Order: sequence, then structure tokens, then C-alpha cells
Amino acid sequence: MTVVTGTGTREVGRSRTRLDAREKLRGEAMFTGDMEVPGMLYGRVLRSQHPHAEIVSINTSAAERMPGVAAVLVGRDLLDIDPYYGHAIKDRPIIAIERVRFSGEPVAAVAAEDEATAEAALAAIEVVYEELPLVDTIDKALDPAAPLLHEGPIRPGLFHGLGNLGERDGNIGYRYRLDSGDVAGESAGAAFVTEGEYLFPAVYQYAMETHSVIADWKPNEIAIWASCQHPFLVQAEIADLFGLPIGAVRIQVPYLGGGFGSKSYTKMEPLTVALSRKARAPVKIVNRVDESMVTSRRHGMRCWMRTTADADGTLLTRESRFWLDTGAYMDNGPRVTATAADSAPGPYRWRAVHIDAMCVYCNTAPSGSYRAFGATHLQWVAESQLDELARKAGIDPLEMRRRNLLRPGEPVRPDGSGKPLDADLIGDVERAAAAVGWDEPKGPLVGRGVSVGLLAAGAHPVSRASVRMRADGSVEVSVGTTEMGQGPRTVMAQIAAEELGCSSDRVRVLGADTRFTPYDRSTGASRSTTLAGKAVQNAAAAVAAKLRETACEVWDVASELIELRDGKAAYGDLEMEFSEVIAKRFGFTGGEIIEGGEVRPMGGDTGSYAEGPVFWEVCVAAVEVEVDPELGKVNVTRTATVADVGRAINPLLVERQDEGAFMQGYGNAMFEEMVYRDGELINDNLLEYRVPRIQDLPRQMTSIVVENEDGPGPHGAKGCGEGALAAVPAAIVNALGDAGVPITQLPLTPERVWRRLQDLSEPQSTEELT
Amino acid sequence: MNQHHEVRLNVNGTEHTVSVPPRKLLVDCLREDLRLTGTHVGCEQGVCGACTIIMDGQNVRSCLMFAVQADGASIETIESLASGPEDLHPVQQAFVDCHGLQCGFCTPGMVLAAKSFLEQNPSPTDDEIREAIAGNICRCTGYTFIVDAIRTAAERMAGEEAGQHV
Ligand code: FES
Ligand code: FES
Repeated sequence: MTVVTGTGTREVGRSRTRLDAREKLRGEAMFTGDMEVPGMLYGRVLRSQHPHAEIVSINTSAAERMPGVAAVLVGRDLLDIDPYYGHAIKDRPIIAIERVRFSGEPVAAVAAEDEATAEAALAAIEVVYEELPLVDTIDKALDPAAPLLHEGPIRPGLFHGLGNLGERDGNIGYRYRLDSGDVAGESAGAAFVTEGEYLFPAVYQYAMETHSVIADWKPNEIAIWASCQHPFLVQAEIADLFGLPIGAVRIQVPYLGGGFGSKSYTKMEPLTVALSRKARAPVKIVNRVDESMVTSRRHGMRCWMRTTADADGTLLTRESRFWLDTGAYMDNGPRVTATAADSAPGPYRWRAVHIDAMCVYCNTAPSGSYRAFGATHLQWVAESQLDELARKAGIDPLEMRRRNLLRPGEPVRPDGSGKPLDADLIGDVERAAAAVGWDEPKGPLVGRGVSVGLLAAGAHPVSRASVRMRADGSVEVSVGTTEMGQGPRTVMAQIAAEELGCSSDRVRVLGADTRFTPYDRSTGASRSTTLAGKAVQNAAAAVAAKLRETACEVWDVASELIELRDGKAAYGDLEMEFSEVIAKRFGFTGGEIIEGGEVRPMGGDTGSYAEGPVFWEVCVAAVEVEVDPELGKVNVTRTATVADVGRAINPLLVERQDEGAFMQGYGNAMFEEMVYRDGELINDNLLEYRVPRIQDLPRQMTSIVVENEDGPGPHGAKGCGEGALAAVPAAIVNALGDAGVPITQLPLTPERVWRRLQDLSEPQSTEELT
Repeated sequence: MNQHHEVRLNVNGTEHTVSVPPRKLLVDCLREDLRLTGTHVGCEQGVCGACTIIMDGQNVRSCLMFAVQADGASIETIESLASGPEDLHPVQQAFVDCHGLQCGFCTPGMVLAAKSFLEQNPSPTDDEIREAIAGNICRCTGYTFIVDAIRTAAERMAGEEAGQHV
């Protein structure tokens, strides 16, 4: 590690090694599944094999009598509480009640002294089902004759934040529209038009660690250890479900083995708490991979889009209608739907836009957040239409973007609402294009593509943090951000150390424990560095102010003249260690300085986050591909992604995040797909659901970190780590289009590409044949 | 419920005798009976490599074996790599320095795979390194920094060797 002294930033902008690296490398880091609490039982879950059925009866008596079994939980055990939850829409029972709506839905759960006993007890439970008509696809769900998966009024969840939820409309659980200008009128004289239907499959986040929870229910307090990204939102939902004040639910979050959105909001926690309540003992549930694959996933999508431009390539109108398959329960479907709609126009100037986004219930496992949600769904569709127009107009795709992209300060939302553009997109995409040799000559079946998009990032700007300096001058940062690999503990330490004028080596960053840790809204939407980081910065600045206050009393000089550096307060040649300053402050050995910091939408000392989104995350990539016409295989030969981060607090962490997002974007585009047959997920394991391996790596990957200090976070930072995931599938699809193989369905399996090549080489075009 | 079997294991240099049911996986035995939780459970199918251990000098996926099959074996887990509580093995140190990890879930398996590979091939090419960890999945990183870490470890270990001969 480099030791840096001098002026300017001393911690910020340096690639400090990860503070959690040693623990993780030595095998000492604790994940939820590694933990045991005294008296703990093991839980296993009986899941429905039917995607849609009525539960006629459940007989648990044989299971209950088995030695070692402490409790068997079923729906009827929850009659004394309102058992429905869902942060957006309260539509999901803790465990199936009278009806199952997806294959994999929990029907019963067993707590036993070991896992093998619990597993054996599941086999002894008899459930009689009566099958109901299957609504396993978007098309079936939209059929007016389809059975309704949910009925009655829509119940808003604790954190719906969606305005008026409106009336239920068949199986459409949520609908979001963007409307501006007169699309018919503005497109009437268009020189170029492109229109098409697109399909995106459901995909799985595949965090390596599955969902894991330990819950200990007591009448007056519930203790939970969980692999959860948003402990404070889970805390509030558990309190609501089980009738306790928020503070009586204590959630501790150990390290997470990846999240990517799969562990956002409430997942396995309510079921584990309910089982503990029945068993009157702590219970641990660790999902198998197949169980986690029916716990969260990315929405599958069907999309129609039409885009028009005038003769010189100036964009005129965009219309899109799309349907997202949210599965049996809403989870984060509404937010995904709205974010997808926000991404549909792309960062361009339009005369008129009409977007109609619908989130549809189906008899499939629930969909929620997955890194860069919404943007990943729409960017490849939107950007491939842009390229198609460019091809029709005979304009280079990069030039097409130069002509139409928004400039900094221009409104992003077509109706002019919300935060204007806060990034230099033309600069970003030019850099990416140059990195894949945009202007170099290319052979047959070689293509290059770029893509540009924006992701509404930051979620809600509500974060608190505290910074505590102990009598020996050591520092603890307490912040609710979950460490799931992205590196916030290291980054928060750097931000605090910068403010305090000491090395990040003396800063410890603690994991969330909702009993002590100040509130942080969530870990997602690329918000942690920007918002939680700002709260940490404010708290650290308040501690620094106290140090200065005492030093200026001791030396009797104005506080502006006191500098904090190298862990000391200094004035000219005079120096005091922080520990000495604290001793002077309290007049005795001991004491401490502890201060809080906050970020909220308006007012305070934090600047304004009133205008949503907190920032626009930039999604820019360029790709070069080579198509093997014999096998239909697409080789991605060169790639560049742009992490436009305002200011990189830790540049290597930024690159790692960007590269990781690239890899997932690559997987989503090239081969990842959850395959369903009659509502059942049939590739629910790592052998059949393929994620990128090292052999898949392109030979040349460039990650471009752009620092224009234009973010609302500490030192001009803004979040990163999602943009590349949305941008990469779009750039690959465009590169493929450039190579002469336009595609409208993901993933780009060799079979699909090969068939497309066959279609294209038919002597007559398909249009003429039909 | 099942009859238990006594199994003798030498784990990280210490002899253990554990009593396990016949179908208990080796990975569960290490994690639950010996509380060595640095070995992680991922896919339970032999695909991801998160459960990698070194058994009698070979990389083994501990999710694919029953504990009883390991009777009499000598096992190294991630916990044994560093020589003391403050130390890191050169492979571990290189992972720290090159940021060769994120969430850390795949990391113990990666490090063990890298360590036994470098023992057999102390000066590998990048392609050989890629080949060596081809069976270990990491969902967080783009792998390149893991390759950097392994290359760096190889270079440093070669440097140390050379140093010892001077
Ligand atoms: S858990 Fe053993 S290989 Fe995946
Ligand atoms: S670091 Fe998270 S899986 Fe590899």
C-alpha cells in the first residue's frame, strides 16, 4: 500500500486495497450460512410442483411425529396475523394460503434438529392439489378469458412510492405511461421508420451465495441474520407483519456472497421468522440453488417499438409498448417497469414519445431487481432501432448519436420533469468507439456496435451514518450499506479518512446491525458511494469540526487555521495526535467524539437531492464481433465500457465493478436464459443455467473511467457498476447488426444466429415470401 | 436416524475423528463438524469450485464426496494457507494487492486452485493460468484481476526462490 502525504486528496482517488480482503482470503469472513446461534434448528421448505393449483388439504401429522422435528408450518398457522407482504404491493403470503401461484412456492416448512431430518420430514407431508388453468406466459395472462391471479383491491406496500396505484386491470398489476407530444402528427412525414417486436428471456442473478437467513422469534423481539441488501426495509416489513415496533426487529447483515439485486427487499426472512415463531427456537434456512432461482430473477419481456427520423437522421418520434412478466407476485416489478419505461426513449431529443409499460402477473416464480433492471430490458431494443435508422439513412451509427444525443443540462425525461442530463454522453461513446477501433477496416462478418443509455439511479436519497473517534484516535464508521463485493467498506473508510486527515488504515467500517447502525434506505441502484458516502462524509466532517474546536481552544487560534493531517491536528509547527486532542477535550483519559451525518431529499446541510433521480447512471459500451457462419457462433473480440463516475474514490474498485457488470451483460446477451416448460423452470441448476466462465472472456476488454466531477456524491462522485450491464447486450446486438445479422431476440445462441443467417441468405427475402 | 460412521481426517495438520451419517458430504463435515467455514457451498454439483479443497495433494470438490470416502485422507482448507494469524500466503497477498476478489465467496476455492496449480507450474503463461481456473466460477469479477493476481503470485514466489539460492 502506498503511503501518501502532502496536500490535495490523500485518500480519495487512490486504489486502496480492500479492507475486507484479508478476512475473505483467509476464510475467516462470515456469511450467513457460516453462522450458528445457540439452540438453532434447521429449516427446509416444501415447495409446490404445480404452477397453479388450489390446495385441497395438507396433512402434516406424520412429519410432526418424526423424532427430531420441532415444528411444521403451513398457511393455517398464520391466521392470527395479516400474513401478506410486498414492499410495493402487498400481494404475497408468507407461505401459500389455499392456493399456489408458481412452481416452487413454499407450501410447508419444517424446523428440525438437523437438515437431513427436516428434509426427511418434508417427504412425509401430504398435500392434495387441484390444478387450476395455467397462466404461464405474458400472452396467456393478457387473454381476457384468463383467470385472475390476484383479485380485490390493490394493497399498497410500505414502500410503494408509486403514486396512485389505480384499479386492477386483469392480470396487469402495474402500468406506467410516458406521453409527450403528438406521435401521429410528428411521425407523419418521417423519411425513415423502423418497427419491430423483441423478446428478452427471464434470467437469473446467480449470486454465488444463495439466500440465507437465521431468525429467532421472541414475543418482544425478533433477531435476524440475513443475506439481505436492504436491512432497514426488511426490518420495517417484518415489524409490520408480526406486529412489533420497528426497533424490536434486529437485523444483522454479515458479508454477502454477491447480491446483484437478488437479495434486495424482503425474500426468505418472513418465512424463516414464521417458522421460528412456530418452533419457539431460532431457525436457519439456507436455500439450495434451485430454490434461490425461484426466489428472484429478472423479468422476461415482450416489447414492441417504433422509431422515426427525418431525412438527415434527426430523430422524430418513439413509441413503445412492452410487457414484463413479474411472475406470481409483484416484488419489485413496478419499479422495474417504471425504470424500463424511463430507459425506452434513450438519451435523445424527441418531438414526441409514447411509452406504455405493463407489469403482468403470470404463474411463474416472482421477478425482482437484477442489476441495471429496466435499462437492460430496453436499451438493446432502443439502440438497435437507432442503428437500423442509421443504416437506412446511410449515416454512421456514431454520427447518428452525435446528432441526436442530449447534451449536459438538457432535460432527460421527454416531459422535461426531473433531473437534467449530468454527463457528457457524446464524449463517453466516442471514447468507447475508439477503443474498439471504430474506423479501422473490417472483414466480412465482422461488426462493430456502440450503445448509449441512461439508468435512473440512486433510488431514494435517504441515508444516515455515524462516525466515531475513540480515545486512541481510531475511527469507526457505522453505515447501513451492505458489503456484497462492491467494496463500500473500503470506500467509506477512504471518504471518512479524507475528511479526518488520517489514513484509512485506522478506520473500521462496520456491517449493518439495525439495532445500532443508522438508517440507510437500501444498497442498490448504484447509490451507496453517492448517498451513504455523502452521509459518511458529513458525519466525518462533523467529527473533524469537533477536533478543530478543541485544538483551537488549546492553542487559542481560529479554527480555520488548524489543519488535520497524518492523524494529527496541526497549527504551524505545533502538532497534537488525535488521541491527545480527545484527552484535552474531556480533560481526562477517555471520552470519544461521535457525530452523525445525513442525506435527505431537501434542505439540511447536504445540498439538494429533491429532483429525481439522484443521478443518471451512464450506460455506454462499444463492441466488436466476428460471426462464424458455419456454427452461428458470435465471437466478441474487443469491448470497451465506460464508467462515468464523476470522481473515482477508489479507481481500481471502479474498474472491477465495471468489468463485473460487463461480464454479466455478456452472459445476459450471449447465453443466459431461464427455460420454462408449462410453468416449471427446467434449467434450475448451474450445469444447465450457464454463467460466464473465464474461457468466455473477450481477448481485449477496456474499461474507461471518466471523471468529470459532475456527480452529487462526495468529491463529485456518482455511482457505477450497473451501466455496463445494460450497455453491453445493446452493443453486441448492434455489432451483430453491423455484421449483417440483425437479431430481435436474446440470448444470441449459436442456433438462433445460425438460423438468422440461413433466413438472410435465402434468395428471396422473407417479406416477399409472406 | 442413520447409523453413524467414524471417519479419521487429517485436516490442516491436525488429526480429527468425526462421527458422521453415511450420506454426509465432505464439505458439510468440514463446515459443520470441524467449523471450518472458509470452504463454501455453491452449486453442490461440482460445477462452481467454491468448495475446492486440497486432498492428498490434489484439488478436490468437497461437495462431490461423502465424508466417509475421505477416511484417512490428508486435507488442506483455506484456513491452513497462511502460516500465522497475521500472515498471508503469497497467493493470498497477491489477491489482496491485485484486487482479485469482490464478494469473496468464490475466493477460497480460487486461491486453493491457484496454489496447487503454481506448485506444479511455477512460471505459467496467462493461458495456462486461465486453463487452471477454468473450473472455478466467479460471478462478481470479470476474472482478469484473478489472472493478474495469480501471475503476480507466481512472479513473487519465483523471486523468493531465486533469492534463497543467492
Ligand atoms: S459447491 Fe462444489 S463445485 Fe460448486
Ligand atoms: S468474488 Fe464474488 S463470486 Fe467471485
